[in-house]
Amino acid sequence: MTFAMVVNVSQIAQPFVDENFGWILNVVFYLFFIIFIFYGQRIQMYVMLKEVEGSLLRLKYIKEEGRKIAIETIKEIGKPSHDPSERVDRFLEYFALPPESMDPAGVVWKLEHILDVRDIRFKDEVKLMAPSASETQINNLENTLEAALALNYIYKVVRHFYILGKKTLSLYIIMQLQMILPLVMREAEAYASALKAFAYGQPIGDGVGALVAAKLMHGHEKRKIAKDCVVATVPLEGRTAYVIKAEGPGGNVGKPGEAMKTIIEENDGKISTIIIIDAALKLEGEKPGEVAEGIGVAIGGPGVEKFKVEESLLKHRIPINAVIIKEDVGDAVSPMRKEIFEAADEAIKRIKRVILEKTKEGDSLIIAGIGNTIGIGQ
Amino acid sequence: MELDNRKGERLAEKKSETAGTTETTARRISSFVIVVIFVTLALSLVALYFAVDIYQRNEVAAGYFFLIGFVGLALSSYMLLQMRKRVLKWRIKLPPIITIIECQKCGFKNIREFKRGDYVFKEMDACEKCNEPMMITGIYREIKEPKKKEEKF
Ligand SMILES: [Zn+2]
Repeated sequence: MTFAMVVNVSQIAQPFVDENFGWILNVVFYLFFIIFIFYGQRIQMYVMLKEVEGSLLRLKYIKEEGRKIAIETIKEIGKPSHDPSERVDRFLEYFALPPESMDPAGVVWKLEHILDVRDIRFKDEVKLMAPSASETQINNLENTLEAALALNYIYKVVRHFYILGKKTLSLYIIMQLQMILPLVMREAEAYASALKAFAYGQPIGDGVGALVAAKLMHGHEKRKIAKDCVVATVPLEGRTAYVIKAEGPGGNVGKPGEAMKTIIEENDGKISTIIIIDAALKLEGEKPGEVAEGIGVAIGGPGVEKFKVEESLLKHRIPINAVIIKEDVGDAVSPMRKEIFEAADEAIKRIKRVILEKTKEGDSLIIAGIGNTIGIGQ
Repeated sequence: MELDNRKGERLAEKKSETAGTTETTARRISSFVIVVIFVTLALSLVALYFAVDIYQRNEVAAGYFFLIGFVGLALSSYMLLQMRKRVLKWRIKLPPIITIIECQKCGFKNIREFKRGDYVFKEMDACEKCNEPMMITGIYREIKEPKKKEEKF
């Protein structure tokens, strides 16, 4: 039937095609020109908006998936008496406002206080959601929820600018959004894989510093120091090394700055050097798991811990060394890659070399492994 | 501050109501696009048939129809491929995570998939060979990167 119809159409169209086809095509051609001259930018804007919409849909999907995983994990480990969904949704909207920095003196301590309060609040909330979870699991769940919170926030910000762009049809807003979107999506994807790693309690790339410290302190006696941190006194190449890491295997970054400060004070400042090991963002083109040495306090995060260490260093004039292991954003928060895992041994070699070169026998030194210690014991 | 909090709660409530509908919206949009693509595909095939049909009588018109047909064909197949790629990309992929369990005494190694509760330096059951307790010495994911051409930089 369709065939017959098509044949018919072609027969009817015959004279029409002969006479008018060229003329119609000409008009269409000019019309195109005029439309593009006057509405070119608008069309381009719609194309951009469409592109953003696609990414926004994907963000929404990722965010919903994250929420679902978080709720499922809470149900599985926490065994709550009633559905935690509502509480999770409320959690996803939590915010922390930074302190006022117009008069910056002492702002670090204010920020630290706010972060502490936030941490306690989050932990309490998780305990209520998952009453039968162990301490380790509570830490992991808190990390999972924080990743879900970040995803939720990214989605909402992108949606805000998308709707604003659509409302105002401002090229300025739409173009900015469309241009940074690839980076935003990368970050969102990183958070999504982090969320899964946290839910299962798998070590992540960021934890490689903690892994190095764990390898050094394994088999030696540990004691708790500062909040969520452990220290072990390890004899190393004839020196006494105080090895510090966050307490695992729950998801934790601890307060390494506080811990280092305490050790320095316990030793009356008689520390010959400090070596900090941390994961660092690599530049594109560098290989994941490359180890590099340098100086400076290699502690990320809001800067409170870094500040504390720098204060103590200055007071006692202690030299500081850093060993970093390179990885990209995605690797840093997703389950640890083999290359990065293997880089831990290379980092230990470097540390030993630094110790031999920079200290004398009988000296005391601090080795601190920075990073989230999820899935890494000691 | 308190007011902000309450606003947040209300937002959360609203969100939990709408949360269930997201997936269906996503699916509806994509199915609509698929229909459009297939209609384009069908129309361009018709145009090609048309072109062949009138080729004997009017070469110029046939040429135009060929053009329309091929452009439509290219466009719709490109869109279709693009859609497939997007569907593939939409899954959050979970690479296999490996746990290595090692005996500290005889070096006996056991490699298996990661299980919840595993962590590095966790003490495990006794070794099959010498009855010493074993320990997890590694947890990581292995990425098999597709072989690329030698990179210039
Ligand atoms: Zn054995």
